[in-house]
Amino acid sequence: MKLGRVIGRVVCTQKMECFDGLKLLLVQPVDENRKDAGPALVAFDMARAGEGDLVFFEAGKEAAQANPNGWFNPADAAILGVVDAISDAGTPSRGVSRT
Amino acid sequence: MTLARVVANVVSTEKHSHYKGQKILVVQPVDPEGKPKGKSLLAVDGVQAGIGDLVLVVDEGGSARTVIGDESAMTIRTAICGIVDRVDIEDSRGAP
Repeated sequence: MKLGRVIGRVVCTQKMECFDGLKLLLVQPVDENRKDAGPALVAFDMARAGEGDLVFFEAGKEAAQANPNGWFNPADAAILGVVDAISDAGTPSRGVSRT
Repeated sequence: MTLARVVANVVSTEKHSHYKGQKILVVQPVDPEGKPKGKSLLAVDGVQAGIGDLVLVVDEGGSARTVIGDESAMTIRTAICGIVDRVDIEDSRGAP
């Protein structure tokens, strides 16, 4: 799993049936300090995330397993949770402002 | 398995059902000397690790699901499977 920030939404009309009803979001991977870490990617959303949210996502074959339309699909990234806060040693939980 | 340092705790309410009741930690992979190496990642905790601990991280789905004891949690790939007490390294590491 990795942390990411939702930076946009991707709309596809013509797509594989296994993606019907799924929301596709553009995710910028970030580190625990919210700094960008690598190129942005498209992930389908299983956690009711929205633009600006800090999320955690899974890449690889485990992402396809999260697809409610069946496991046999070509998804390689899935948003699995919205992050409320990240806490580290000595500092209290840092809340995430939702936009 | 790789060595990593636990650097933060992730709190999430809205998440996939496979992660219900699981503690999610941010881990930074380190080399045997303890220096950070590569990008941090998130792992499900199977051994009650905490911030600052040196841990063993397994980044493979089947192994991770064994660690947390739930074979049906198919979306889980990364888990912490041990807390490292000590790493002994030979002085002549790399020498023939």
